[in-house]
Formats: sequence, C-alpha cells, structure tokens
Amino acid sequence: MIYLTLFIEFFKIGLFSIGGGMATVPFLMDLARKYPWFTAGELADMIAISESTPGPIGINMATYAGFQAAGIPGAVLATLSLVSPAIIIIVIIAKFMSDFSENKYVRFAFYGIRPMIAALIGYAIWQIAVITFADLSKPKPVFHYSSMGICLVIFLLLQWKPFKKLHPIIWIGCGALLGILFQL
Amino acid sequence: MKKLWELYVTFLKVGGLTFGGGMAMLPMLKKEVVEKKGWSTEEELLDIYAIGQCTPGIIAVNTSTYIGYEQAGIIGAICGTLGMVTPSLIIITLVATILNRFITEPLVIHALSGIRVAVCALMLNTVVSLAKAGVKDYLGAIIFLTGFVLATFSPIPTIVLVVCAALAGIGINIRKEKAGS
Repeated sequence: MIYLTLFIEFFKIGLFSIGGGMATVPFLMDLARKYPWFTAGELADMIAISESTPGPIGINMATYAGFQAAGIPGAVLATLSLVSPAIIIIVIIAKFMSDFSENKYVRFAFYGIRPMIAALIGYAIWQIAVITFADLSKPKPVFHYSSMGICLVIFLLLQWKPFKKLHPIIWIGCGALLGILFQL
Repeated sequence: MKKLWELYVTFLKVGGLTFGGGMAMLPMLKKEVVEKKGWSTEEELLDIYAIGQCTPGIIAVNTSTYIGYEQAGIIGAICGTLGMVTPSLIIITLVATILNRFITEPLVIHALSGIRVAVCALMLNTVVSLAKAGVKDYLGAIIFLTGFVLATFSPIPTIVLVVCAALAGIGINIRKEKAGS
C-alpha cells in the first residue's frame, strides 16, 4: 500500500520539520534512502525546481516527491498529509494560546532545535555533494573538480553583499548554463 | 459559503504569485489579507510568522490555516490552506511530467548537473545563515556538530535527533536558570 506509506511518511515530515521549507530536505533525504521513489540526485533537482516555481518551497517539494512516488494521486496525498499536522496544531494554538512563541519552555526547546535543524540540512547537502562532486560507483573514485570549483565560486559570491539578495532562481539558471557550457 | 470561496481564492493568489517560499510571501500577504480584505492586521501577521517559526509545518500553510480559522473556523482553515497548496500541485505536476519526459536528453542532463552544483552552493549558504542565527553559544555549537555527525554517520532517525535536541535545549536552559538564581 504505497498510499498508506506516503500518508504516514509525509504526516511525520509535516510534524517534525520545524522552521520552513528547507527543513523538509533532510527528511526527504531519509525517504530517498528508504524507498525506491527517487534518488538523492533527483532530490537536488526537486529542490532546484521547488525554488524556481511559485508557491511555498516545502509544499512544492512534497508535491514533487509524491508525484515521483505515485503519480498525481501521490502528489495530492503527499501534500495533504504534509499540511495536516500543521492544520491541527495551528488550530489548537489559535484556540488556546495566543502567546505560544513567548512561552519559556518553547523558547528553551528552540535553543536546541535551531542548531539541530541547521545540522540536519548540513547532512542533506553532504549527501547531495557526495554524488555531485564524486563518482564512487567506479572502482577508483572519480572527482569532478570543475563542479567543486563552480560551487565554491557561487558560495563565495553569495557571501558578498550585492549578490546576497538575488533570487535563487538566478543562481539555478547560471548553474544550468554552466552545466551545458562545461559539459558537467 | 461565499466567505469560504473568498478564503480559497485569496490564498490561491498568494500561493500562485509568490516565488521563493514563506518569507517571500509576507509582502503579498500584507497586500491581499491586510489591505484588501481586512482579515488581519500587519502586527497579527508578524505574530503568526513568529509562531510559524516555532511550530511544525510550512510557514505559508500555518498562516493560511490561522487566518482561515479566525475568519470561518476549522472549515475556513482547511479552505485557506487548500487554496495555498493548489498552485503548487498544478505547477509541480506539470513540471515533473515534462522533466521526466526529457530527462535522457544530453542537454537536459548537463543542465541538471550544473543545477545540482548551484543547489549545493545555495544550501550550504542556508546552513551557514541558519547556524549563525541559531547557534547562540558553545553548547549550541556542540548540538550543531553532534547533530551533523550523528545524522551523517549513524542510523539514528532524523526525527529522534530533533526530539533529543528539543529536550537538550530545555534541560540546558533549566540548569542555566537554576545556576542563575
């Protein structure tokens, strides 16, 4: 029953990915490892497409992952499962607690959750970086130095003020052009 | 009924016309929800964002749920959120269908390889800014490093790591409070 699995997995992601769309990435990486729905490489494509199309990034990614797993019904099911925990939780908060974000214990918990979410996204890029910069399927690993160089240049440019505010779609477009140019 | 339809259409517009996720949505929400409809004040919108930062789920969806609930109860919450996710469902399904058809073309393969490189750089940048904002002191740095190592090299499920980090955060701060008083 792929639909039941999709529902359970995406409900869990909706419940535990705290703090925005990118926080879903490490959980999707887990899915890539556990199920034959999509590979880690395809997850990188999903991130790029989700950032370059309208709509919330987390929703775009859930739709894409669900589609790859089980077509259009999968896309709809994954998205609805992802949003269900949020609907339940926000309705409860709207009803009972207006100053939830000022609660002492909530603040305490976030002292630990924030660094952990950053670390988990770090884990997800580590997985994507390994397949992007090296080919480990051969007996002697092949490293893609030109890809590493381009990545480093883009990362350094991102730290520079005039480029900071540029929309990700611009970098993704540059990536596509460079990929064709350098035959990556 | 009219209210529910209005909620659906308003959030459909917000979802379909903003690029770049929850944060990029704020100006659009302000225009549609605060200025045009008067469903919420700017201050309330910022409060919802603050709550969205510390509750599970996508911030955009939290916002549509909260405002929908305030306007028309639980059905309103569901209608607002369905509006918010409809554009994604349509657009992503189209893109995925087209991409799956052309994925074996050499030009597409090279472009995607280049895109993956850009995604690595963008995500690395996300990690750096999240770590800068989220790691407050050396204990936070320890949680960050331990989290990365355990996620990458151990079989511990991601969800368990998030729960442990929350508990560690509570434990550390309770001890700090006791030490302070």
